[in-house]
Amino acid sequence: MGGPVSFFFEVLFSGLLAGVMYSLVALGFVLIYKASGVFNFAQGAMVFFAALTFVSLVERGVNFWLAMAITLAVMIVLGVLTERVVLRPLINQPQITLFMATIGLAFFLEGLSQGIWGSQPHGLDIGIRDEPMEWLAERTGMFLSQFDLFAAAIAAVLVTVLALFFQRTRIGRALRAVADDHQAALAVGIPLKQIWAIVWAVAGFVALVAGLLWGARTGVQFALTFVALKALPVLILGGFESIAGAIVGGLIIGASEKLAEVYLGPYVGGGIESWFPYVLALAFLLIRPEGLFGEKHIDRV
Amino acid sequence: MKPSKYLAAGVALAAAVLAGGALAQAKEQFIPANGYWVGPYAPGGSGFFGGMLDYFQLLNERDGGINGVKLTWEKCETEYNNARGVECYERLKAKGSTGATVIHPLSTGITYSLLEKAPADKIPLISMGYGRTDAADGRVFPYVFPLITTYWSQNTAKIKFIGMREGGMDKLKGKKIVNLYHDSAYGKETIPVLDAQAKKYGFTVTHIPVPHPGNEQQSQWLQIRQIRPDWVILRGWGVMNPTAIKAAQRVGFPRNKMLGVWWSGAEEDVIPAGDAAKGYIAAGFNLPGTSFPVVQAIMKNVYGKGKGEMEDRSRIGSIYYTRGLVAGIVTAEAIRTAQEKYGKGKPITGEQMRWGIENLNIDEKRLKELGAVGLMQPLKVTCMDHEGGGAVKFLQWDGAKWNVITDWIASDQSIVRPMIEESAAKYAKEKGITPRDCK
Amino acid sequence: MLYREAGQFRATYAEDQQIFPLRQDRIGIAAVLVLAFVVIPLAGNQYWLSAILTPFLIFALAALGLNILTGYAGQLSLGTAAFMAVGAFATYNFVLRVPGIPILAAFALAGICAALVGIAFGLPSLRIKGFYLAVATLAAQFFVLWAIQRIGWITNYSASGVITAQNYSILGIPIETPVSKYVLTLSIVTVLALLAKNLARSETGRAFMAVRDMDVAASVIGIPLMRTKLLAFAISSFYCGVAGALYAYTYLGTVEPEAFNLDLSFRILFMIIIGGVGSVLGSFLGAAFIVLLPIVLNYVVPPISEATGIEISHAIISNLELMVFGGLIIFFLIVEPHGLARLWQIGKEKLRLWPFPH
Repeated sequence: MGGPVSFFFEVLFSGLLAGVMYSLVALGFVLIYKASGVFNFAQGAMVFFAALTFVSLVERGVNFWLAMAITLAVMIVLGVLTERVVLRPLINQPQITLFMATIGLAFFLEGLSQGIWGSQPHGLDIGIRDEPMEWLAERTGMFLSQFDLFAAAIAAVLVTVLALFFQRTRIGRALRAVADDHQAALAVGIPLKQIWAIVWAVAGFVALVAGLLWGARTGVQFALTFVALKALPVLILGGFESIAGAIVGGLIIGASEKLAEVYLGPYVGGGIESWFPYVLALAFLLIRPEGLFGEKHIDRV
Repeated sequence: MKPSKYLAAGVALAAAVLAGGALAQAKEQFIPANGYWVGPYAPGGSGFFGGMLDYFQLLNERDGGINGVKLTWEKCETEYNNARGVECYERLKAKGSTGATVIHPLSTGITYSLLEKAPADKIPLISMGYGRTDAADGRVFPYVFPLITTYWSQNTAKIKFIGMREGGMDKLKGKKIVNLYHDSAYGKETIPVLDAQAKKYGFTVTHIPVPHPGNEQQSQWLQIRQIRPDWVILRGWGVMNPTAIKAAQRVGFPRNKMLGVWWSGAEEDVIPAGDAAKGYIAAGFNLPGTSFPVVQAIMKNVYGKGKGEMEDRSRIGSIYYTRGLVAGIVTAEAIRTAQEKYGKGKPITGEQMRWGIENLNIDEKRLKELGAVGLMQPLKVTCMDHEGGGAVKFLQWDGAKWNVITDWIASDQSIVRPMIEESAAKYAKEKGITPRDCK
Repeated sequence: MLYREAGQFRATYAEDQQIFPLRQDRIGIAAVLVLAFVVIPLAGNQYWLSAILTPFLIFALAALGLNILTGYAGQLSLGTAAFMAVGAFATYNFVLRVPGIPILAAFALAGICAALVGIAFGLPSLRIKGFYLAVATLAAQFFVLWAIQRIGWITNYSASGVITAQNYSILGIPIETPVSKYVLTLSIVTVLALLAKNLARSETGRAFMAVRDMDVAASVIGIPLMRTKLLAFAISSFYCGVAGALYAYTYLGTVEPEAFNLDLSFRILFMIIIGGVGSVLGSFLGAAFIVLLPIVLNYVVPPISEATGIEISHAIISNLELMVFGGLIIFFLIVEPHGLARLWQIGKEKLRLWPFPH
């Protein structure tokens, strides 16, 4: 078994891996913010809705991949409907109004998902065991879960695909134009409505992935909506508009909050994880007020 | 229609409902069911009130009520939120011919919020297995009943259980115990009791808080791994429970050395953790199962007539359901006791109910008549002692169901009672209450 | 016809500077105050007083506090509940440790404590803006609650961190009944609301709005940014602190630190967005919407489901209420994105022309 040094690295690595889980949730926020300037309060509810739909289908005997496809379809329909019913009438409204509209959406989704599928918690097994890897434990004394590595791999794939999508495709470029200015984008002929529908559908897909990974760890239950809270400091640190920021922010937050809790927590009564990420993000912001990867906006008087 | 008209229509409708509900009928005993059927804690709320209301329905259907007095109830959604809980309480407290008989807040926070309101309205509060522990001192809290067992009693029983497993209380010396608690009033409540016992038995205890909601516990379990405790006591709530069990698996901590409180010991707490929960142990003051005669009677007389509360019948007999059943039995027996003093077959008031609960005595013989032997322990409440039982059994999850692994383990009142009295005295001093004289 | 300012001349400075320059507004406010102070305490039953109106007033006060910061000064805050917690726990300690302190003085001092905490967490606002600033206030939210739970002295070493409001009286009258608690709450809220209304049109209020609209521009025309922003945090936190003190002393009686969780902060933010950002009236309308709507739905939905003959379980009804609540928020935003206060204003405009619109 390892000594204090290997324990330090274990804390560090498991913190980094926990950070990946935060990043997965933060990604959904970033996508929507990038494309529509909306801080989507309903992201947590979407994660819950997606995971609950999936697990309820599986429990009713639907094949794993088929359930995945159905859930994805449901999330796409949800994205399109959100654009139609909620966002379209609110084009060009102030950010705070759109934010509030997503709060309404969050309540609606919470009621809808529990109304349809009930409020009982479900276990979710996605076939990856959440146990420490023995060979690693034997050699280094570190206990790292293979599930965490799996989640990290998924996140890496997801981020690569999304980055390519944003940088290399026409839709991606259109998305960025929309994010800059709704009216200007409309003026140059970008189909704003389709773009929004697409981005909400993609965010729905990200919510499904996050929901499955988190659901496998904590069970699929209402508390999945709380994972959004874990994403807030990540977003603030990494910037609302940056996919890379969501990942790097997640890693920094994850690692530092675990290190702080394990090494500083015992001296002050523990539980500092609740506020430490925010204070850390705050310290970063004082140096760089637009977040690590956020875009710098120049004020014109 | 303009929004203002919608509002007007809504108000008119609300007024109509209010007026309609106020028409009360005689020979009925009204009990509010202020619970929660949505949100993160919905499984607990729906299971508990399902059990309680099914039992009331059984009494109505099979016996025609209690000595001919039918039980009636109304549900009110509190969303586990203090403000909504107070609103529900105020809304329903004057319903029925004699007002609300008794309140089961089913939330430590709401119990606190009602701690002064209910006594002022002369309505007793039953906080069965939650709420304020020092309310067990009936001299200071005449209207509050933390019945059956409190957190502190339960905690001493846990240490006794650990002692039994280790081969005697003297073997506890030098052992290491971690108290992993939800960072809230509820979670913190047992810290002083554990410290007192650590001093008495010579073990060391480390208190590790988990910030709400507790869906990420990596750092806590890394600390636990470093401490290498002999036992971990889990004081969780909601999603914190399965997450803790999963995290224990991730750091290789044996689940059969994890002891949960009863709010960490329902099916809903272990099923989401999957296989990781095998071997996990939790305390309980009510036992699960469908073989008890009273559950069978409910199946026959209530569900047989299509009147049951539970949509998902597989939940009948689950931990939360039978806890509600116990709450129903206790409530109904207290009404019966009060009727014997204040007039059989007459609806009783909250004040009379208070007397009924305080003089409640459910012995083995009565349990047998009720068909609830083994479901709960015998209970005797007095003016001094508003708890009445104090013992718990321990249950172990085998991956599919809870198995009872001990007999009733009594609590250590020599530790708990002085602490309760000290804490209650402090409350009395702050509020300027003169404790009653219990003869 | 009824609501028309024509013919009302303001001949003196005093008349010109009234809070409500229109006669109709003055009559309206007076009527509301008479209703609130005289009719409701006499006619209202205990349910309305203690379960609906008192919490409504307290939430409105907290929303007002947030509105001063967010609506007038443009600084987004998610730490409202933490400032309320400071107010509640500070009041408890003042009453506990300063024998014979009048309760109103304790409320005021608690408000000042909250203001000081507000200033401390407002400091980053000098550099950070918008959603990013929200993180500073989130840090306040989590740090304050954590500190209250960790520092035993604050809760007088209660094992669970729960405090119980002491009994208190004003001018020898014990404040125990729902009516007296309601009247006390109402008096404090009325005074503070009028002060806020006045603040909005004072030099300070105008400075707040200049900072909100563009802080660089404001500093160019000579508004001291640091002083203005921190003042906004201080005043806002004072209001929230008093609201928190009332939450503990006139409403719940016994509170745990978690009663002031992030959820409450969000609810108060919802109130000002729904009610109207930058409007005193909006704070009240928003509080009414968020506090009353779930209760109204709770009355309305079950009878409808009964009337339509579809038997649905209580769980479904509860979920349906949640859905309708969310749906109504979206509906109101689409109808009027600037909040209920704007809707009210449009109504007034219509009323000016009524019954002869051109």
